[in-house]
Amino acid sequence: MQAAAPSFVDFQDVWLAYNEELLAQNHFAVEAIDLQVRQGEFIAIVGPSGCGKSTFMKLTTGLKMPSRGRILIDGQPVTGPLKISGMAFQAPSLLPWRTTVDNVLLPLEIVEPHRSQFKARRKEYEERARALLQKVGLGGYEDKFPWQLSGGMQQRASICRALIHEPKMLLLDEPFGALDAFTREELWCILRDLWTEQQFNVILVTHDLRESVFLADTVYVMSKSPGRFVVKKEIDLPRPRDLEITYTPEFTDIVHTLRGHIGAMRKTSAVAPA
Amino acid sequence: MNKKQFETWSPWILLTVTILLWQLICSVFAVSEFIFPSPLRIWSQFWEFKLIIAGHAWRTYWVTMAGFGIAIVVGVLLGFVIGSSRLAYAAVYPLMTAFNALPKAAFVPILVVWFGIGVGPAVLTAFLISFFPIMVNIATGLATLEPELEDVLRVLGAKRWDVLVKVGLPRSMPYFYGSLKVAITLAFVGTTVSEMTAANEGIGYLLISAGSAMQMGLAFAGLVVVGAMAMAMYELFSAIEKRTTGWAHRRSQD
Repeated sequence: MQAAAPSFVDFQDVWLAYNEELLAQNHFAVEAIDLQVRQGEFIAIVGPSGCGKSTFMKLTTGLKMPSRGRILIDGQPVTGPLKISGMAFQAPSLLPWRTTVDNVLLPLEIVEPHRSQFKARRKEYEERARALLQKVGLGGYEDKFPWQLSGGMQQRASICRALIHEPKMLLLDEPFGALDAFTREELWCILRDLWTEQQFNVILVTHDLRESVFLADTVYVMSKSPGRFVVKKEIDLPRPRDLEITYTPEFTDIVHTLRGHIGAMRKTSAVAPA
Repeated sequence: MNKKQFETWSPWILLTVTILLWQLICSVFAVSEFIFPSPLRIWSQFWEFKLIIAGHAWRTYWVTMAGFGIAIVVGVLLGFVIGSSRLAYAAVYPLMTAFNALPKAAFVPILVVWFGIGVGPAVLTAFLISFFPIMVNIATGLATLEPELEDVLRVLGAKRWDVLVKVGLPRSMPYFYGSLKVAITLAFVGTTVSEMTAANEGIGYLLISAGSAMQMGLAFAGLVVVGAMAMAMYELFSAIEKRTTGWAHRRSQD
Protein backbone atom coordinates (compact mmCIF):
# COMPACT_ATOMS: atom_id res chain seq x y z
CA MET A 1 0.00 0.00 0.00
CA GLN A 2 2.75 2.42 0.94
CA ALA A 3 4.50 2.67 -2.38
CA ALA A 4 7.02 5.13 -1.01
CA ALA A 5 7.99 2.97 1.97
CA PRO A 6 11.78 3.02 1.85
CA SER A 7 12.48 -0.42 3.23
CA PHE A 8 10.60 -3.26 4.84
CA VAL A 9 13.31 -4.30 7.26
CA ASP A 10 15.46 -1.48 8.60
CA PHE A 11 18.25 -2.11 11.09
CA GLN A 12 19.93 1.08 12.28
CA ASP A 13 23.24 0.43 14.02
CA VAL A 14 21.94 -2.50 16.05
CA TRP A 15 24.00 -4.07 18.84
CA LEU A 16 22.97 -6.89 21.10
CA ALA A 17 24.56 -8.27 24.24
CA TYR A 18 22.76 -11.24 25.73
CA ASN A 19 22.71 -9.89 29.29
CA GLU A 20 23.66 -6.95 31.46
CA GLU A 21 26.96 -8.49 32.47
CA LEU A 22 28.09 -9.05 28.89
CA LEU A 23 26.88 -5.56 28.02
CA ALA A 24 29.05 -4.10 30.79
CA GLN A 25 32.04 -5.98 29.37
CA ASN A 26 31.24 -4.69 25.89
CA HIS A 27 30.79 -8.24 24.71
CA PHE A 28 28.25 -8.28 21.94
CA ALA A 29 26.70 -11.19 20.05
CA VAL A 30 26.08 -8.96 17.05
CA GLU A 31 27.56 -5.54 16.41
CA ALA A 32 26.80 -2.48 14.35
CA ILE A 33 24.25 -4.11 12.12
CA ASP A 34 22.97 -1.79 9.43
CA LEU A 35 20.60 -3.41 7.04
CA GLN A 36 17.91 -2.28 4.66
CA VAL A 37 15.69 -4.82 2.97
CA ARG A 38 13.12 -3.96 0.31
CA GLN A 39 9.56 -5.22 0.44
CA GLY A 40 9.54 -8.72 -0.97
CA GLU A 41 13.31 -9.05 -1.10
CA PHE A 42 14.93 -12.42 -0.52
CA ILE A 43 18.08 -12.10 1.51
CA ALA A 44 20.48 -14.76 2.69
CA ILE A 45 22.94 -14.53 5.54
CA VAL A 46 25.97 -16.77 5.43
CA GLY A 47 28.79 -17.18 7.86
CA PRO A 48 30.60 -19.63 10.08
CA SER A 49 28.59 -21.31 12.81
CA GLY A 50 28.26 -19.33 16.01
CA CYS A 51 28.57 -15.98 14.26
CA GLY A 52 25.27 -14.66 15.52
CA LYS A 53 23.05 -15.59 12.59
CA SER A 54 20.40 -16.99 14.89
CA THR A 55 20.68 -13.94 17.12
CA PHE A 56 19.96 -11.85 14.08
CA MET A 57 16.78 -13.87 13.50
CA LYS A 58 15.67 -13.31 17.08
CA LEU A 59 16.16 -9.58 16.66
CA THR A 60 14.20 -9.47 13.43
CA THR A 61 11.23 -11.33 14.90
CA GLY A 62 11.21 -9.27 18.07
CA LEU A 63 12.01 -12.23 20.30
CA LYS A 64 15.05 -10.24 21.47
CA MET A 65 15.35 -6.51 21.89
CA PRO A 66 18.55 -4.77 20.76
CA SER A 67 20.86 -3.37 23.44
CA ARG A 68 21.59 -0.40 21.19
CA GLY A 69 20.18 0.87 17.94
CA ARG A 70 16.79 0.66 16.34
CA ILE A 71 14.89 -1.90 14.31
CA LEU A 72 11.97 -0.93 12.10
CA ILE A 73 9.90 -3.55 10.36
CA ASP A 74 7.34 -2.33 7.84
CA GLY A 75 7.91 1.19 9.14
CA GLN A 76 7.08 0.29 12.73
CA PRO A 77 9.60 0.02 15.55
CA VAL A 78 9.79 -3.54 16.88
CA THR A 79 8.51 -3.76 20.43
CA GLY A 80 7.72 -7.43 20.86
CA PRO A 81 7.18 -10.71 19.01
CA LEU A 82 6.18 -9.97 15.42
CA LYS A 83 3.15 -11.92 14.32
CA ILE A 84 3.80 -11.11 10.70
CA SER A 85 6.73 -13.51 10.71
CA GLY A 86 6.85 -17.24 10.19
CA MET A 87 9.81 -19.32 11.21
CA ALA A 88 11.30 -22.68 10.27
CA PHE A 89 14.46 -24.30 11.53
CA GLN A 90 16.83 -27.11 10.69
CA ALA A 91 14.81 -29.48 12.88
CA PRO A 92 11.23 -29.67 11.53
CA SER A 93 9.98 -30.00 15.14
CA LEU A 94 6.51 -31.14 14.15
CA LEU A 95 4.26 -32.45 16.90
CA PRO A 96 4.13 -36.25 16.66
CA TRP A 97 0.60 -36.54 18.04
CA ARG A 98 -0.88 -34.33 15.34
CA THR A 99 -1.37 -35.26 11.72
CA THR A 100 0.52 -33.25 9.12
CA VAL A 101 -2.46 -31.02 8.34
CA ASP A 102 -3.11 -30.42 12.05
CA ASN A 103 0.53 -29.50 12.49
CA VAL A 104 0.24 -26.95 9.73
CA LEU A 105 -2.90 -25.54 11.38
CA LEU A 106 -1.17 -25.01 14.73
CA PRO A 107 -0.21 -21.35 14.14
CA LEU A 108 -3.82 -20.48 13.32
CA GLU A 109 -4.84 -21.81 16.73
CA ILE A 110 -2.49 -19.29 18.28
CA VAL A 111 -2.17 -16.15 16.22
CA GLU A 112 -4.87 -13.51 16.22
CA PRO A 113 -7.22 -12.84 14.49
CA HIS A 114 -7.43 -16.49 13.38
CA ARG A 115 -7.35 -17.78 16.92
CA SER A 116 -10.76 -16.46 17.90
CA GLN A 117 -12.31 -17.56 14.61
CA PHE A 118 -10.63 -20.92 14.53
CA LYS A 119 -13.62 -23.00 15.61
CA ALA A 120 -16.04 -21.27 13.29
CA ARG A 121 -13.79 -21.24 10.24
CA ARG A 122 -12.00 -24.53 10.79
CA LYS A 123 -13.23 -25.99 7.46
CA GLU A 124 -11.91 -23.06 5.50
CA TYR A 125 -8.56 -23.09 7.31
CA GLU A 126 -8.20 -26.78 6.74
CA GLU A 127 -8.81 -26.26 3.04
CA ARG A 128 -6.11 -23.65 3.02
CA ALA A 129 -3.65 -25.96 4.81
CA ARG A 130 -4.40 -28.80 2.42
CA ALA A 131 -3.93 -26.56 -0.59
CA LEU A 132 -0.60 -25.40 0.75
CA LEU A 133 0.55 -28.96 1.44
CA GLN A 134 -0.52 -29.90 -2.07
CA LYS A 135 1.59 -27.08 -3.43
CA VAL A 136 4.77 -28.33 -1.77
CA GLY A 137 4.15 -31.84 -3.01
CA LEU A 138 2.66 -33.35 0.11
CA GLY A 139 -0.71 -34.15 -1.45
CA GLY A 140 -1.84 -37.51 -0.11
CA TYR A 141 0.23 -37.17 3.04
CA GLU A 142 -1.97 -34.61 4.81
CA ASP A 143 -3.49 -37.09 7.23
CA LYS A 144 -0.32 -39.02 7.94
CA PHE A 145 1.61 -38.44 11.11
CA PRO A 146 4.96 -36.65 10.84
CA TRP A 147 6.88 -39.76 11.89
CA GLN A 148 5.47 -41.53 8.87
CA LEU A 149 7.12 -38.97 6.58
CA SER A 150 10.72 -38.71 5.40
CA GLY A 151 13.00 -35.91 6.60
CA GLY A 152 12.48 -33.86 3.45
CA MET A 153 8.71 -34.20 3.68
CA GLN A 154 8.75 -33.16 7.32
CA GLN A 155 10.74 -30.08 6.39
CA ARG A 156 8.18 -29.19 3.69
CA ALA A 157 5.43 -29.49 6.27
CA SER A 158 7.45 -27.31 8.62
CA ILE A 159 7.70 -24.62 5.94
CA CYS A 160 3.95 -24.88 5.36
CA ARG A 161 3.44 -24.36 9.07
CA ALA A 162 5.56 -21.22 8.86
CA LEU A 163 3.49 -19.90 5.95
CA ILE A 164 -0.07 -20.85 6.90
CA HIS A 165 -0.91 -17.51 8.51
CA GLU A 166 0.37 -15.73 5.40
CA PRO A 167 3.24 -13.92 7.07
CA LYS A 168 4.89 -10.97 5.38
CA MET A 169 8.27 -12.24 6.44
CA LEU A 170 9.62 -15.78 6.40
CA LEU A 171 12.66 -16.56 8.50
CA LEU A 172 14.53 -19.74 7.79
CA ASP A 173 17.39 -20.90 9.97
CA GLU A 174 19.40 -23.48 8.02
CA PRO A 175 16.17 -25.17 6.98
CA PHE A 176 17.77 -27.61 4.56
CA GLY A 177 20.91 -28.33 6.54
CA ALA A 178 19.94 -31.84 7.55
CA LEU A 179 18.79 -33.02 4.14
CA ASP A 180 20.61 -34.90 1.42
CA ALA A 181 21.82 -32.93 -1.62
CA PHE A 182 19.00 -33.99 -3.98
CA THR A 183 16.21 -33.34 -1.51
CA ARG A 184 17.81 -30.04 -0.69
CA GLU A 185 17.78 -28.88 -4.30
CA GLU A 186 14.20 -29.99 -4.66
CA LEU A 187 13.23 -27.88 -1.66
CA TRP A 188 15.16 -24.89 -3.01
CA CYS A 189 12.84 -24.96 -5.99
CA ILE A 190 9.77 -25.30 -3.83
CA LEU A 191 10.84 -22.33 -1.74
CA ARG A 192 11.65 -20.36 -4.91
CA ASP A 193 8.18 -21.06 -6.30
CA LEU A 194 6.37 -20.18 -3.09
CA TRP A 195 8.30 -16.95 -2.86
CA THR A 196 7.75 -16.06 -6.51
CA GLU A 197 4.04 -16.61 -6.08
CA GLN A 198 3.46 -14.90 -2.74
CA GLN A 199 6.23 -12.30 -2.65
CA PHE A 200 6.83 -12.34 1.08
CA ASN A 201 10.19 -11.28 2.47
CA VAL A 202 12.59 -14.09 3.15
CA ILE A 203 15.56 -14.06 5.47
CA LEU A 204 17.47 -17.25 4.96
CA VAL A 205 20.27 -18.14 7.33
CA THR A 206 22.53 -20.80 5.91
CA HIS A 207 26.10 -21.89 5.52
CA ASP A 208 25.54 -23.34 2.10
CA LEU A 209 26.89 -20.73 -0.33
CA ARG A 210 25.30 -22.30 -3.40
CA GLU A 211 21.96 -22.27 -1.65
CA SER A 212 22.29 -18.59 -0.79
CA VAL A 213 23.34 -17.56 -4.29
CA PHE A 214 20.67 -19.64 -6.01
CA LEU A 215 17.81 -18.33 -3.91
CA ALA A 216 18.61 -14.84 -2.72
CA ASP A 217 18.53 -11.35 -4.17
CA THR A 218 21.19 -10.23 -1.75
CA VAL A 219 23.70 -12.25 0.22
CA TYR A 220 25.25 -10.92 3.42
CA VAL A 221 28.38 -12.47 4.84
CA MET A 222 28.63 -12.36 8.59
CA SER A 223 31.85 -12.59 10.57
CA LYS A 224 32.31 -14.39 13.81
CA SER A 225 33.02 -12.62 17.12
CA PRO A 226 32.29 -9.88 16.60
CA GLY A 227 29.14 -10.83 14.69
CA ARG A 228 29.11 -8.21 11.97
CA PHE A 229 28.01 -8.01 8.37
CA VAL A 230 31.27 -7.77 6.46
CA VAL A 231 30.17 -8.24 2.85
CA LYS A 232 26.99 -7.39 0.97
CA LYS A 233 26.65 -9.03 -2.40
CA GLU A 234 23.79 -8.37 -4.81
CA ILE A 235 23.05 -11.45 -6.86
CA ASP A 236 22.05 -10.17 -10.29
CA LEU A 237 21.39 -13.51 -11.88
CA PRO A 238 18.21 -13.31 -13.94
CA ARG A 239 14.96 -14.68 -12.57
CA PRO A 240 13.25 -17.06 -12.76
CA ARG A 241 16.28 -19.13 -11.91
CA ASP A 242 16.48 -22.74 -12.83
CA LEU A 243 18.63 -25.35 -11.10
CA GLU A 244 20.70 -25.42 -14.30
CA ILE A 245 21.99 -21.97 -13.44
CA THR A 246 24.02 -23.44 -10.61
CA TYR A 247 26.29 -25.02 -13.22
CA THR A 248 26.98 -21.80 -15.13
CA PRO A 249 30.32 -19.97 -14.77
CA GLU A 250 28.59 -16.77 -13.56
CA PHE A 251 27.03 -18.67 -10.69
CA THR A 252 30.26 -20.41 -9.79
CA ASP A 253 32.13 -17.11 -9.87
CA ILE A 254 29.80 -15.56 -7.34
CA VAL A 255 30.04 -18.57 -5.08
CA HIS A 256 33.79 -18.43 -5.43
CA THR A 257 34.01 -14.78 -4.47
CA LEU A 258 31.87 -15.33 -1.40
CA ARG A 259 33.94 -18.35 -0.49
CA GLY A 260 37.01 -16.13 -0.71
CA HIS A 261 35.55 -13.66 1.80
CA ILE A 262 34.75 -16.39 4.26
CA GLY A 263 38.14 -18.00 3.81
CA ALA A 264 39.90 -14.68 4.46
CA MET A 265 37.81 -14.17 7.57
CA ARG A 266 38.66 -17.57 8.94
CA LYS A 267 42.34 -16.94 8.42
CA THR A 268 42.39 -13.65 10.30
CA SER A 269 40.40 -15.06 13.17
CA ALA A 270 42.83 -17.99 13.36
CA VAL A 271 45.80 -15.64 13.63
CA ALA A 272 44.18 -13.39 16.19
CA PRO A 273 41.60 -15.33 18.17
CA ALA A 274 39.20 -12.98 19.89
CA MET B 1 4.54 -72.09 18.28
CA ASN B 2 6.25 -69.22 16.49
CA LYS B 3 8.58 -66.68 18.03
CA LYS B 4 5.93 -64.02 18.50
CA GLN B 5 3.53 -66.30 20.34
CA PHE B 6 6.35 -67.62 22.44
CA GLU B 7 7.16 -64.08 23.48
CA THR B 8 3.55 -63.42 24.47
CA TRP B 9 3.35 -66.50 26.61
CA SER B 10 6.85 -66.30 28.03
CA PRO B 11 5.86 -64.73 31.40
CA TRP B 12 3.36 -67.53 32.03
CA ILE B 13 5.84 -70.18 31.03
CA LEU B 14 8.46 -68.69 33.33
CA LEU B 15 5.91 -68.53 36.16
CA THR B 16 4.92 -72.16 35.69
CA VAL B 17 8.52 -73.29 35.61
CA THR B 18 9.31 -71.34 38.77
CA ILE B 19 6.33 -72.82 40.63
CA LEU B 20 7.20 -76.36 39.53
CA LEU B 21 10.82 -75.91 40.57
CA TRP B 22 9.72 -74.47 43.90
CA GLN B 23 7.36 -77.37 44.50
CA LEU B 24 10.05 -79.82 43.51
CA ILE B 25 12.59 -78.38 45.94
CA CYS B 26 10.05 -78.36 48.79
CA SER B 27 9.02 -81.97 48.09
CA VAL B 28 12.49 -83.41 47.49
CA PHE B 29 14.13 -81.82 50.51
CA ALA B 30 10.96 -82.13 52.63
CA VAL B 31 11.16 -78.45 53.65
CA SER B 32 9.00 -77.72 56.69
CA GLU B 33 5.75 -75.90 55.83
CA PHE B 34 6.46 -73.59 58.78
CA ILE B 35 9.72 -72.38 57.27
CA PHE B 36 9.08 -72.24 53.56
CA PRO B 37 5.68 -73.40 52.33
CA SER B 38 5.33 -75.19 49.01
CA PRO B 39 3.09 -73.79 46.24
CA LEU B 40 0.56 -76.53 46.96
CA ARG B 41 0.40 -75.57 50.59
CA ILE B 42 0.03 -71.90 49.71
CA TRP B 43 -2.77 -72.79 47.33
CA SER B 44 -4.62 -74.88 49.88
CA GLN B 45 -4.32 -72.14 52.49
CA PHE B 46 -5.45 -69.59 49.93
CA TRP B 47 -8.51 -71.66 49.13
CA GLU B 48 -9.29 -72.34 52.77
CA PHE B 49 -9.14 -68.65 53.73
CA LYS B 50 -10.34 -67.23 50.43
CA LEU B 51 -13.11 -65.12 51.90
CA ILE B 52 -10.88 -63.65 54.58
CA ILE B 53 -8.15 -62.95 52.05
CA ALA B 54 -10.66 -61.39 49.66
CA GLY B 55 -11.85 -59.04 52.43
CA HIS B 56 -8.33 -57.92 53.26
CA ALA B 57 -7.38 -57.68 49.61
CA TRP B 58 -10.35 -55.42 48.83
CA ARG B 59 -9.37 -53.15 51.68
CA THR B 60 -5.77 -52.97 50.49
CA TYR B 61 -6.97 -52.37 46.96
CA TRP B 62 -9.25 -49.42 47.61
CA VAL B 63 -6.88 -47.86 50.12
CA THR B 64 -4.11 -48.08 47.55
CA MET B 65 -6.29 -46.61 44.84
CA ALA B 66 -7.29 -43.75 47.14
CA GLY B 67 -3.65 -42.97 47.90
CA PHE B 68 -2.74 -43.38 44.26
CA GLY B 69 -5.56 -41.05 43.22
CA ILE B 70 -4.24 -38.34 45.53
CA ALA B 71 -0.74 -39.02 44.21
CA ILE B 72 -1.90 -38.44 40.62
CA VAL B 73 -3.57 -35.14 41.48
CA VAL B 74 -0.70 -33.84 43.60
CA GLY B 75 2.00 -35.27 41.33
CA VAL B 76 0.50 -33.73 38.20
CA LEU B 77 -0.03 -30.34 39.83
CA LEU B 78 3.46 -30.21 41.34
CA GLY B 79 4.99 -31.53 38.14
CA PHE B 80 3.14 -28.88 36.16
CA VAL B 81 4.40 -26.10 38.41
CA ILE B 82 7.98 -27.38 38.48
CA GLY B 83 8.07 -28.11 34.77
CA SER B 84 6.65 -24.79 33.67
CA SER B 85 8.75 -22.46 35.80
CA ARG B 86 12.49 -22.52 35.96
CA LEU B 87 12.45 -20.84 39.38
CA ALA B 88 10.06 -23.41 40.81
CA TYR B 89 12.21 -26.17 39.34
CA ALA B 90 15.32 -24.78 40.99
CA ALA B 91 13.57 -24.21 44.31
CA VAL B 92 11.47 -27.34 44.67
CA TYR B 93 13.39 -30.11 42.97
CA PRO B 94 16.26 -30.53 45.47
CA LEU B 95 13.86 -30.57 48.40
CA MET B 96 11.65 -33.11 46.70
CA THR B 97 14.64 -35.34 46.01
CA ALA B 98 15.65 -35.18 49.67
CA PHE B 99 12.10 -36.00 50.67
CA ASN B 100 11.94 -38.90 48.29
CA ALA B 101 15.08 -40.38 49.79
CA LEU B 102 13.40 -40.73 53.20
CA PRO B 103 12.10 -44.24 53.90
CA LYS B 104 8.33 -43.93 53.77
CA ALA B 105 7.92 -46.73 56.32
CA ALA B 106 9.44 -44.32 58.84
CA PHE B 107 6.48 -42.00 58.37
CA VAL B 108 3.97 -44.59 59.48
CA PRO B 109 4.41 -44.11 63.28
CA ILE B 110 4.11 -40.34 62.80
CA LEU B 111 0.98 -40.74 60.69
CA VAL B 112 -0.47 -43.02 63.36
CA VAL B 113 -0.01 -40.28 65.96
CA TRP B 114 -1.78 -37.83 63.66
CA PHE B 115 -4.54 -39.98 62.21
CA GLY B 116 -4.78 -43.04 64.44
CA ILE B 117 -4.79 -46.69 63.43
CA GLY B 118 -6.72 -47.41 60.23
CA VAL B 119 -7.28 -46.01 56.77
CA GLY B 120 -5.53 -42.64 57.22
CA PRO B 121 -1.90 -43.76 57.54
CA ALA B 122 -2.27 -46.38 54.79
CA VAL B 123 -3.74 -43.96 52.25
CA LEU B 124 -1.13 -41.35 53.05
CA THR B 125 1.78 -43.79 52.90
CA ALA B 126 0.59 -44.99 49.50
CA PHE B 127 0.36 -41.37 48.40
CA LEU B 128 3.76 -40.32 49.78
CA ILE B 129 5.57 -43.20 48.17
CA SER B 130 3.98 -42.87 44.74
CA PHE B 131 3.60 -39.17 43.88
CA PHE B 132 7.30 -38.55 43.26
CA PRO B 133 7.72 -40.46 39.98
CA ILE B 134 4.54 -38.86 38.63
CA MET B 135 5.75 -35.38 39.50
CA VAL B 136 9.21 -35.93 38.05
CA ASN B 137 7.88 -37.30 34.79
CA ILE B 138 5.37 -34.52 34.20
CA ALA B 139 8.05 -31.95 34.98
CA THR B 140 10.52 -33.61 32.63
CA GLY B 141 8.00 -33.73 29.81
CA LEU B 142 7.25 -30.04 30.20
CA ALA B 143 10.81 -28.86 30.74
CA THR B 144 12.28 -30.52 27.68
CA LEU B 145 10.52 -28.52 24.96
CA GLU B 146 12.53 -27.79 21.84
CA PRO B 147 13.52 -24.12 22.01
CA GLU B 148 12.94 -23.73 18.25
CA LEU B 149 9.35 -24.81 18.53
CA GLU B 150 8.86 -22.42 21.41
CA ASP B 151 10.24 -19.61 19.22
CA VAL B 152 7.91 -20.56 16.37
CA LEU B 153 4.94 -20.21 18.70
CA ARG B 154 6.13 -17.25 20.73
CA VAL B 155 6.62 -15.15 17.67
CA LEU B 156 2.96 -15.71 16.89
CA GLY B 157 2.07 -14.21 20.23
CA ALA B 158 1.68 -17.47 22.14
CA LYS B 159 1.63 -17.07 25.90
CA ARG B 160 3.41 -19.54 28.16
CA TRP B 161 0.04 -21.08 28.83
CA ASP B 162 -0.62 -21.73 25.12
CA VAL B 163 2.73 -23.43 24.75
CA LEU B 164 2.08 -25.58 27.81
CA VAL B 165 -1.38 -26.64 26.75
CA LYS B 166 -0.75 -27.12 23.04
CA VAL B 167 2.70 -28.66 23.26
CA GLY B 168 3.89 -29.31 26.80
CA LEU B 169 1.03 -31.36 28.15
CA PRO B 170 0.49 -33.68 25.17
CA ARG B 171 4.24 -34.12 25.02
CA SER B 172 4.44 -35.20 28.65
CA MET B 173 1.59 -37.71 28.36
CA PRO B 174 3.83 -40.70 27.50
CA TYR B 175 6.02 -39.77 30.46
CA PHE B 176 2.90 -39.52 32.60
CA TYR B 177 1.56 -42.96 31.71
CA GLY B 178 5.02 -44.42 32.08
CA SER B 179 5.19 -42.99 35.58
CA LEU B 180 1.76 -44.38 36.49
CA LYS B 181 3.05 -47.87 35.89
CA VAL B 182 5.90 -47.31 38.32
CA ALA B 183 3.79 -45.39 40.81
CA ILE B 184 0.98 -47.95 41.12
CA THR B 185 3.38 -50.70 42.17
CA LEU B 186 4.97 -48.35 44.69
CA ALA B 187 1.55 -47.44 46.03
CA PHE B 188 0.84 -51.08 46.83
CA VAL B 189 4.14 -51.27 48.68
CA GLY B 190 3.20 -48.18 50.69
CA THR B 191 -0.22 -49.49 51.67
CA THR B 192 1.05 -52.92 52.66
CA VAL B 193 3.93 -51.54 54.74
CA SER B 194 1.60 -49.17 56.53
CA GLU B 195 -1.02 -51.85 57.20
CA MET B 196 1.61 -54.04 58.82
CA THR B 197 1.88 -51.73 61.79
CA ALA B 198 -1.00 -49.33 61.64
CA ALA B 199 -4.17 -51.18 60.68
CA ASN B 200 -6.49 -53.97 61.72
CA GLU B 201 -7.40 -54.80 58.18
CA GLY B 202 -5.72 -55.21 54.83
CA ILE B 203 -3.14 -57.57 53.39
CA GLY B 204 -0.35 -55.99 55.47
CA TYR B 205 -2.27 -56.77 58.64
CA LEU B 206 -3.00 -60.28 57.35
CA LEU B 207 0.74 -60.86 56.76
CA ILE B 208 1.63 -59.86 60.32
CA SER B 209 -1.11 -61.88 61.98
CA ALA B 210 -0.50 -64.94 59.80
CA GLY B 211 3.20 -64.69 60.53
CA SER B 212 2.73 -64.48 64.28
CA ALA B 213 0.37 -67.48 64.12
CA MET B 214 3.03 -69.41 62.16
CA GLN B 215 0.63 -69.76 59.20
CA MET B 216 3.29 -69.28 56.58
CA GLY B 217 1.10 -70.59 53.79
CA LEU B 218 -1.46 -67.89 54.48
CA ALA B 219 1.22 -65.18 54.66
CA PHE B 220 2.60 -66.23 51.29
CA ALA B 221 -0.90 -66.32 49.84
CA GLY B 222 -1.30 -62.71 50.98
CA LEU B 223 1.92 -61.72 49.24
CA VAL B 224 0.83 -63.41 46.04
CA VAL B 225 -2.44 -61.49 46.12
CA VAL B 226 -0.67 -58.11 46.47
CA GLY B 227 1.64 -59.03 43.63
CA ALA B 228 -1.27 -60.06 41.44
CA MET B 229 -3.20 -56.86 42.13
CA ALA B 230 -0.17 -54.69 41.37
CA MET B 231 0.51 -56.58 38.17
CA ALA B 232 -3.10 -56.29 37.02
CA MET B 233 -3.07 -52.52 37.58
CA TYR B 234 0.27 -52.24 35.82
CA GLU B 235 -1.12 -54.02 32.79
CA LEU B 236 -4.21 -51.80 32.87
CA PHE B 237 -2.13 -48.61 32.72
CA SER B 238 0.08 -50.19 30.14
CA ALA B 239 -2.95 -50.81 27.94
CA ILE B 240 -4.27 -47.27 28.47
CA GLU B 241 -0.83 -45.91 27.61
CA LYS B 242 -0.70 -47.84 24.34
CA ARG B 243 -4.17 -46.69 23.35
CA THR B 244 -3.76 -43.01 24.13
CA THR B 245 -0.14 -42.27 23.30
CA GLY B 246 0.57 -44.73 20.52
CA TRP B 247 2.49 -42.04 18.64
CA ALA B 248 5.24 -42.26 21.23
CA HIS B 249 5.66 -46.01 20.79
CA ARG B 250 5.65 -46.17 17.03
CA ARG B 251 9.15 -47.57 16.84
CA SER B 252 8.42 -50.55 19.05
CA GLN B 253 5.40 -51.48 16.95
CA ASP B 254 7.27 -52.61 13.91
